[in-house]
Amino acid sequence: MNALRRLSCFALGAVAVVTATVSAGEIVVHPDGPVRTLSAALRLARDGDRIVVHPGVYREGSIVVDKSVEIVGRDFPVFDGEDRHTVLSVRASNVTIKGLQIANVGVSYVEDRAGIKLEDAHGCVIEGNRLRRTFFGIYLAKSSNTRIIGNDIQGEAVREASSGNAIHLWYCRDVTIEGNHIRGHRDGIYLEWVIDSIIEGNVSEDNLRYGLHFMFSNGSIYRRNVFQRNGAGVAVMYTKNVQMIDNLMEHNWGPVAYGLLLKDITDSYVARNRFFRNTVGLYSEGSSRITIERNEFTQNGWAVRIMANSVENHFTENNFIANSFDVATNSRQTFSRFEGNYWSGYRGYDMTGDGYGDVPYRPVRLFSYVVERHPPTLILLRSVFIDLLDLAERVLPTLTPESLVDRKPAMQRIR
Amino acid sequence: MKTTLKILKYEFHNVIRNRWMLAYALFFLVISEALFQFGGDASKVMLSLMNVTLLIIPLVSLVFGTMYAYNSREFIELLLSQPVDRKWLFVGMHAGLALPLALAFVIGVTMPFVIHGVGEAGNTPTVVALIGAGIFLTLIFVALALLIAVVNEDKGRGFGVSILLWLFFAVIYDGLILLATLTFREYPMEQPVIVMTLFNPIDLARIALMLQFDISALMGYTGAVFEEFFGSVTGMVVSFGSLVVWTAFPFLLALRRFIQKDF
Repeated sequence: MNALRRLSCFALGAVAVVTATVSAGEIVVHPDGPVRTLSAALRLARDGDRIVVHPGVYREGSIVVDKSVEIVGRDFPVFDGEDRHTVLSVRASNVTIKGLQIANVGVSYVEDRAGIKLEDAHGCVIEGNRLRRTFFGIYLAKSSNTRIIGNDIQGEAVREASSGNAIHLWYCRDVTIEGNHIRGHRDGIYLEWVIDSIIEGNVSEDNLRYGLHFMFSNGSIYRRNVFQRNGAGVAVMYTKNVQMIDNLMEHNWGPVAYGLLLKDITDSYVARNRFFRNTVGLYSEGSSRITIERNEFTQNGWAVRIMANSVENHFTENNFIANSFDVATNSRQTFSRFEGNYWSGYRGYDMTGDGYGDVPYRPVRLFSYVVERHPPTLILLRSVFIDLLDLAERVLPTLTPESLVDRKPAMQRIR
Repeated sequence: MKTTLKILKYEFHNVIRNRWMLAYALFFLVISEALFQFGGDASKVMLSLMNVTLLIIPLVSLVFGTMYAYNSREFIELLLSQPVDRKWLFVGMHAGLALPLALAFVIGVTMPFVIHGVGEAGNTPTVVALIGAGIFLTLIFVALALLIAVVNEDKGRGFGVSILLWLFFAVIYDGLILLATLTFREYPMEQPVIVMTLFNPIDLARIALMLQFDISALMGYTGAVFEEFFGSVTGMVVSFGSLVVWTAFPFLLALRRFIQKDF
């Protein structure tokens, strides 16, 4: 009797599988169904099929997706890497992965394990997944035309050496990273050799190192992202033609924390970003031909730190409000221009009535020079004595850069 | 105790009716309102108010305090001919002076914030810190003013001392700290500098406000040492404690001299 029942069950299952495969190419994965694992479904699938995964916990080790399929999770089925595996390894193009929860990838010092790893895969969509405790979250290598949208990635990184990046791209092009929520990794978004990509509307917070980190990634656009409370803020290096617009960098605190660190960036455009309460708002080293306009620097320790090896940068129509120091630099020479900015520390007047102060503003204070050399003097910040010293220096600059001056300081905050 | 209340009530009324007091309240009101009108931004207004608070409150408390103490000398002598306890008379005088001054400051500063709002939600603790610092400075410098008036018989001399004292705490002391840091630059100066600030109430108030405004800068390299100390529970207890000591010490000293004084 028992044997008969088992036989009928098997027959029923087989029929179900056959019908599922045939009808509109949809395969159902269910913990109690005929197809119980995603790996099994992938074996059955053909290019263009749709695999629907029902809720449950799936422990299948590493799953290789080598067919152009659409994998859709219902109510976030959990794929557990048991701290040992890359969970989804995509090697085919035009793969869609939606609505899965991927967890427990586990730290490796040997391989770059990831929650979802794409290698040589093009035209894929990774959308609305949840990643928890993944070493690397979403990892793309040599991929193009891929969209990473609305994923929620949460790590538990403790040390930099033993943690990975949430979204990691290497040698990619035309990738869209949009509306993802990232926290608790080493770098939130890491791009190396990535070109012509769009990074938009992401929130990257509480990461150990950088909220966003890219190198050698020309021609990309960063819009409306929020980077907050990251160990070292945002760092972008060795890149040209970057556009960073409408981003918010805030609460990046620490001895080496920057809202935005520009190192060897050229021909780029930084506009309408908000820098709020960072130790250093914008740090520029060896960067040239950058237009920095209509940004707002509020209550940062140092709004702008610009090294003398940065040349032909143009700061215009920015708001500098209530920063401890407006601008700091390491030399009496400067090769960047400041013009038409609003400085809350400006005490001049506008007799001509053109909206710009008649007296030039020198944003580098004598005190920032003193603090640079003797850090303990920082405790005298906002002391009347220091203000008097600064006043004397402003009248007759002897130590601060003479050429770093805004000759057209705006009288009103720029809106 | 009853006498104290009576004297306090009298002094309070007397001081409040004083034109200078009205001017003082109006000064803060006009400054804060003007800052809002011109600057617009609440955080900028608070920053400017911080400088005004740290500079003006000690000055006015000292000068107005000594002036008032000298001017009411005859009244004090008259009262002392009555069966009035000197201790309570002095307490009444101090409170009668400090309370209206503090009140004028609080009203002057608070009104524009009530009208225009504090801007971002995170600004509320800053306004509270600003008002707290102002009240503490008033209490401390009124006590110092009374001490000066009790110690110096001569009015002119008393004024001179109070102006000098203000100059010392508001300006010169920080110059000395800077000098010390530069002189001993080969040594780690973070701890000594912290200790030095404890001996100047204006510095203590300034640092309390700095923790609100410049937390980002303080989190940078050395600054973190300061933040670690003043931001920690121990640091807060120590700095608050030294403000309390600063309030009590000149007060008790002046009280002793007042009781012993031969009018």
